[in-house]
Amino acid sequence: MSLAAHVGIRLGTLALDAALTAEDGETVAILGPNGAGKTTLLRGMAGLAPIDAGEITIDGIRLDDGDEVFVPPERRPVGVVFQDYLLFPHLSVLENVAFGLRSRGTGRGAARARATAALERVGLTALGSVKPRELSGGQAQRVALARALVTEPRLLLLDEPLAALDQTTRANVRRDLRAQLGAFGGVRILVTHDPRDAAALADRLVILEAGRVVQSGTFADVSAHPRSEYVADLVGMNLLRGTARGDRVELPNGATLVAAAAGAGDVFAVVHPRSVSLHRDHPTGSPRNVLGGRVETIDATSDRVRVGIGGPVPLVAEITPASLHELGLIEGTEVWASVKATDVTIFPA
Amino acid sequence: MSRRGRRTPWFAIALAAVGFAFITLPLVGLIQQVSWGSLVDDLRTPEAQAALRLSLVCSVWAAALAMAFGVPLAWVLARVEFRGRAVARALVLLPLVVPPVVGGVGLFYAFGRNGLIGQYLWDWFGIQLTFSTAGVVMAETFVALPFVVITVEAALRGMDRRYEEAATTLGARRSTVFRRVTVPLIAPGLVAGAALAWARALGEFGATITFAGNIQGRTQTTPLAVYLLLESKPEIAIGLSIVLLTVCVAVLAVLRDRWLGTG
Repeated sequence: MSLAAHVGIRLGTLALDAALTAEDGETVAILGPNGAGKTTLLRGMAGLAPIDAGEITIDGIRLDDGDEVFVPPERRPVGVVFQDYLLFPHLSVLENVAFGLRSRGTGRGAARARATAALERVGLTALGSVKPRELSGGQAQRVALARALVTEPRLLLLDEPLAALDQTTRANVRRDLRAQLGAFGGVRILVTHDPRDAAALADRLVILEAGRVVQSGTFADVSAHPRSEYVADLVGMNLLRGTARGDRVELPNGATLVAAAAGAGDVFAVVHPRSVSLHRDHPTGSPRNVLGGRVETIDATSDRVRVGIGGPVPLVAEITPASLHELGLIEGTEVWASVKATDVTIFPA
Repeated sequence: MSRRGRRTPWFAIALAAVGFAFITLPLVGLIQQVSWGSLVDDLRTPEAQAALRLSLVCSVWAAALAMAFGVPLAWVLARVEFRGRAVARALVLLPLVVPPVVGGVGLFYAFGRNGLIGQYLWDWFGIQLTFSTAGVVMAETFVALPFVVITVEAALRGMDRRYEEAATTLGARRSTVFRRVTVPLIAPGLVAGAALAWARALGEFGATITFAGNIQGRTQTTPLAVYLLLESKPEIAIGLSIVLLTVCVAVLAVLRDRWLGTG
């Protein structure tokens, strides 16, 4: 394991006790509500909050064991992109990016050259002499990323990297960020409260609730089989990746989904399980999407039943136990699922 | 005073006007006494020259020493948690409220030839601080130090410490963080602290005359000269007063934007 972290920190009312592992080239999203301990977990790994119990190792080197071993943040191979980015307001963009190199003893000239190259990689060479306050949110995020990566860390931590942006720039910055993360070969850990960020950026999710990991796995796994109602509400959505053309989204297997307005290019189509209706016979009516399939899974959580449908367009439907009973659904039953085009939400991948 | 809002009560305006006049009238009184024609010549007299030169040297030294010790003191009070921190802060700020003459008496019994530490300085090294220029610097530093502590501590508490954390994750050691992040971020507080300390040192009277005495050319600073010459040579005393007043106005003007707000 490139990163193996078991972080126990007590902080006020929060009792964080979370374990996490990740490999090189993998992006793990830590998802959870406010106060779940996401940022504290990140601070533990960065060395900004010493852990009370547990162990953090990178490439087998122990950084913190809650006892005798504690490598301070300035000596950890860890880069951090902070919420609000925290670019030093009194330094130029180039000096911000060069800061880590200068702090680690690189000479002025060499540091400037490497910082310039790092700015070039994020496409901001022209802004090197500008002060951070003159940057847009998206530019500031790229500078923060360049600053964190210029010292070539083994672990990159990102704390809500998109939260400071408005909705319109967010989708574009998210796409840029994914490309940038792809170019970094180490472990990437991303804290977010937005499942769309997690879906677009992460290979794997770790869901944190009140200081504990309640579920982890790929987005598809977690969203198809949420283990609690909270997780179901957060990520229990149908997320389909495809190519948008006009009002249609073409899935890789050739099936299509009709949306109100799909746009163009690579997109995610999101369908909430509550918007999926199930029928034993082919329905007629206004829903533009009528999809045939077979019941594959039935998960009951208290007052709701999640029915997984296999077929050209795999979907999860959320229905009441009464409906399940009335339709007489068991695993293997052939069903029709209908979804209104207006219930298909599109966001760029 | 918008017409739609509530009316400002007339007695508040009247009392405010009295207060304002009380503060400004002495300034007017001073300025109207200045004989502008001979001002330059008055300031060129040996007494005035000696006092001004001594004041400049001592106040700059005092401001520098107040910064050298006051900034670390402010940092400890702002950042290090220890028992009795509130008491320590109160003691550090004491010279702000204690009558300077009392401070001078205290300095005398601590650093005078028979004082707590002063006796050893005299016995072992032959150093006497009372009635010396060094004594003037000490008295001025004593009263100036709290101004540095109070402004710099406020700046340290007001800054966003996450910038320091960001710097450590970038590999900066503590000293680098302080030099390259903390100091630039609290620079306005440092400038304000230094300026206030300097202005306070320049005007210091009570502790100086008590601890260092009133020897022309050695311990007679400008405020002491003003007091001494007011009866014998009032035109020089007034000239020196105008110099002190001008310097204070200049310091206020410099600090207006950074420390006192632009309102």
